[in-house]
Amino acid sequence: MALDPTVRIGDGALVRRLLIGAVVAVSVLVVVMPIAVVVVRAFSAGVGAYLANLAHPDTLHAIGLTVVTALVAVPVNTAFGIAAAWAITKFTFPGRKLLLVVIELPFSISPIVAGVALLFVYGLQGLLGPFLRDHDIAIMFALPGIILASMFVTAPFVARELIPLMQSQGTDLEEAATSLGASGLRTFLTVTLPGVRWALLYGIVLCNARVMGEFGAVSVVSGNIRGQTNTLPLHIELLYQDYNAVGAFAAASVLTLIALFTLIAKVALEGRGAGRVPRAAKTAPAAAPAGEPAA
Amino acid sequence: MFKAASLGFEDYWRIVSAPRAVASYRVTVVAAAVATAFNIVFGFALAWVLVRYEFPGRKLIDALVDLPFALPTAVAGIALTTLFADNGWYGAVLAPLGIHVAFTPLGIMVAMAFTSLPFIVRTVQPVLEDLDPALEEAALSLGAGEPRTFAKVLLPLLAPALLAGSSLAFARSLGEFGAVIFIAGNQPYETEITALLAFIRLEEFDYEAAAAIASVILIAAFAMLAVTNALQARGLRYLDKG
Amino acid sequence: MKIRLDAVSKTFDTTRAVNGVSLEVASGELVALLGPSGSGKTTLLRMVAGLAFPDAGRILFGDVDATDIPIRDRRVGFVFQHYALFPHMRVADNIAFGMRAARDKRPEAEIVRRAEELLALMQLDGLGGRFPAQLSGGQRQRVALARALAVDPRVLLLDEPFGALDANVRRELRRWLREVHERLGITTLFVTHDQEEALDLADRVVILDRGRIEQVGAPREVCRDPASAFVMTFLGDTHRLPATVTGGVALVAGRARQPAAGVADGPATAFVRPGDLAWRGAGAADGGEGVPARIVRVLDRPGTRRLVVRTDDGDELEIDAGPDAEVAAGDVGTVGIVRARIFRL
Repeated sequence: MALDPTVRIGDGALVRRLLIGAVVAVSVLVVVMPIAVVVVRAFSAGVGAYLANLAHPDTLHAIGLTVVTALVAVPVNTAFGIAAAWAITKFTFPGRKLLLVVIELPFSISPIVAGVALLFVYGLQGLLGPFLRDHDIAIMFALPGIILASMFVTAPFVARELIPLMQSQGTDLEEAATSLGASGLRTFLTVTLPGVRWALLYGIVLCNARVMGEFGAVSVVSGNIRGQTNTLPLHIELLYQDYNAVGAFAAASVLTLIALFTLIAKVALEGRGAGRVPRAAKTAPAAAPAGEPAA
Repeated sequence: MFKAASLGFEDYWRIVSAPRAVASYRVTVVAAAVATAFNIVFGFALAWVLVRYEFPGRKLIDALVDLPFALPTAVAGIALTTLFADNGWYGAVLAPLGIHVAFTPLGIMVAMAFTSLPFIVRTVQPVLEDLDPALEEAALSLGAGEPRTFAKVLLPLLAPALLAGSSLAFARSLGEFGAVIFIAGNQPYETEITALLAFIRLEEFDYEAAAAIASVILIAAFAMLAVTNALQARGLRYLDKG
Repeated sequence: MKIRLDAVSKTFDTTRAVNGVSLEVASGELVALLGPSGSGKTTLLRMVAGLAFPDAGRILFGDVDATDIPIRDRRVGFVFQHYALFPHMRVADNIAFGMRAARDKRPEAEIVRRAEELLALMQLDGLGGRFPAQLSGGQRQRVALARALAVDPRVLLLDEPFGALDANVRRELRRWLREVHERLGITTLFVTHDQEEALDLADRVVILDRGRIEQVGAPREVCRDPASAFVMTFLGDTHRLPATVTGGVALVAGRARQPAAGVADGPATAFVRPGDLAWRGAGAADGGEGVPARIVRVLDRPGTRRLVVRTDDGDELEIDAGPDAEVAAGDVGTVGIVRARIFRL
C-alpha cells in the first residue's frame, strides 16, 4: 500500500522555517565554530610553524604516549565490551542488572573521581601501594597508570554500542545455529559477531577517540611531567598555560582530526546498522546475518 | 571503586563543609543547572528538527551533534576559551554589550552546555522517532489545535526521555573537568568547580581532603544515576501500544 | 449529513492512488469501501476526513465544499486501525479529550457525565479509570469509537476498524457496530479489505481497485450481479472456465449453455462459484450439458462436502456438494453449471 503521508503538528511553513533556522544557527555557533577556531589558530603562524610545532620532541613524545595508551586500552575494552554485551543480552543471570549499572558507571562519574579512586588503590599510600612498592612496580605517575585510567573511563563505550543492537536482535539466530549443531564458539564467531560488526567497529572507533582525548582522569594519575608522562591532551594544557597558544592549537588539531574522523565513521557505519537503532533498520540487521552462516 | 574512608566523620564533615568547598558546590551546581536548562530547550528543539523535518544539511548536523562527545575535553576547553575571550570571535561581539563569558561563571555554563548537549538530543531522538503519528492525527481529528496537541499529547509522552536525558546531562556537567577549567578562570569562591578543588587538594598531597571532596561528587553522580533509571522505567510503562 | 465526492483524484509521486472517484452517500447511510491493498480506499477515506487533500475534484458535506478544510475543522469522527488511544491518559480522559479541546467548551461536569454515557453505550461501564494498556483489543476499539463520537461528529469514518483483532472479536464487534449505527444514525464510511465484513455491515458496498470504483451497490447486488471479473473474483471463491459467446449465449467448456447478454461475440471466460456447480455421478441425467470430470479430492467442511474435481480438459474446479453427498476421490461423472457469469477479459 502506498504510504500516505501523515499529518503532524509543527508542519506549518512558518513554524518549520523558524525552528530549522534557529536550530541550525545555534548549532553552527555552538558546534561548528570551535572546530574552526582550532584550525584557524593552529595555522595562524603559517604552515611552517604548524609543522615545527608538531615535530617538537615533547609533542612527539606526547603523541607517542597517547598512541601506546590507545593500543593497549582499546583492545582490552573491546574484549570486555564484547564479553559483557554478549553475557547481558544472551543470558539471564543474577547480578545482570548490576552489571548493566557497573557498565554505565564510568560514563556518569567525573573523570577526576575516577582518577582519585585509582590513585587510592594503586598509589603509594593506596590499598595496593605497599605490595607494588615491594615488587618495584610503578603504576601511578607512569605509563601503566595512564593506561589504567584511560581504560576505566572508556570501558563502557564498546558495550554501550553493542547492547541495544544485540538486544533487539534477540537470540533467535543463535538458537537456530546451535540447533543445527554449531558449538558455542562457532556460533559466536559466525553468527553473533557478524551481526554486530558495524556497531562493534563504531564502538572501537569511539573508544579510541575517547581514550586519546581523556584529560581529567589522566591528569590525576600521570604526574604531569613534560616529555615523560604527558599524553597529548595534557600536553595541550601545558602549552596553553605557557601562553604558547599556537603550539597548543597545533597539537589540538591532531585530536580534532581524530574526532572528525570518528564522526565520519559514525555516519558511514550508521547506514549499516551501527549507532542508534533507527526504526527502519530494526529489522534489517536481523535479516542480513541470516544469509551468512552456513546452513 | 570504593575508597577506604580513612577519615573520621568529623574530619570528613569539616572538609566537605568548608566555605571554599561549599562555594565550589554552588558554582558547580548552579552552572550545571543553567547549562542543563539551556540544553533541555535547545536539545529538544534540535531533536525535533532533526527527526521531523527534511532540509539540506540535516545529516551533517545530526552527525555534528556527537562532536562534543567525540572531541577531547581539553580541545573543547581551549577552543571555547579562545572563542569567548574578550578578544575572541564571540567575545569581541559580546564584550561591548557588557557580557563577559570567559573567566566568569557564564563561561563554565557554556562549557558544560557544550559537553552535555548530545545527551539530551540522543535520548529524545529515538522516542520522537517512535511516536505513533496516528496520535497526532487523532488529536487533530478531535478538534485540538497544535499547541494543545503538543502540550497534552506529545510532551507527556516525551517527558520521561527528556527528563532522563537531562539528568544524564546534569550529572555529566557536575563532573565535567577538562572543558571547564580553561574557560573558568578558576578563582576560588567565584569560578572554581568542585572537581578542580579535588584536583588541587591532590596536588597539595592532601589526599584525605581530595578523597572527601571526590566522594561528594561520587554520591551526587550515584543519585543522578538512580533518578535516571527510575525515569526510564516509568517512561517505558506508557509506551506499550498493545 | 450527506457526502458527495466529485471526480476526486490523488497522485503520490507517480502513482495514481485515487483516480476520478465520484460517489454519493446519503445521510445516515453505512457505506463500506472495500478493496485489496493499494486500491486507494484508505487514501479516499483520509481525504474525506481532511487528513489528505485531493489533487483534483471536490468533496462536499451537505452543500458545503469541504475539499480544503483541514481535519480539525471538519467535525468528523475518525477511528484508526490501531486505535491511536493516548497511552498516558485514562479511558475517560481519552473520551473527554475532544470535548475539552472544543472551542465552545461545555462545563466540566457535563463533559464527565457525557463521557460516562458514552462508556455505557459502548458497554464499557466502570472502565473509565483504566489506562489503554490495561484493556483488550476489542475494548480499546470501543473506547476509540466513544472518543470519536464524543465530539458530535457529522460523519463517522473508520479505517479498517477491526483489522487488528481476532476473528471472533471481529464478528462480535461487527454486530455491535451495526447496532450502534442504527441507534445513532450518523452517516458512516468505513474501509475494509475483508469482504465478509463489508457485506455484513454495510447498506451499500463500494468496491475499489487501483484507485477506481468497480461497482457500487447493496450487498445483494454485488454478490448476485457482479459488474466485472474483478468484483466477482474479489468476493468469494471463483473458478474460471473457457467459453465462446455467440449472439448473447455462451458455450462454456464446450458443453453448457449460459446466458451472456451484452457480451461481444468471441472467446470469453466464464466465472463460477463452488455453489453454482452441481456434481452428477456417472450415469445420472445431465441434459447433455454436463462437463465430464473426475474427483481428485474430497474436502470435508463443517456444513458441506467440497469436491475438488478435474475436468477432462484439465480445468480444476471446486464444487459444494452438500453434507450428505456420497462421493469419493476417483469418482467419474459430470459437472453441471447452474449459474455462471461471463466476462471478456
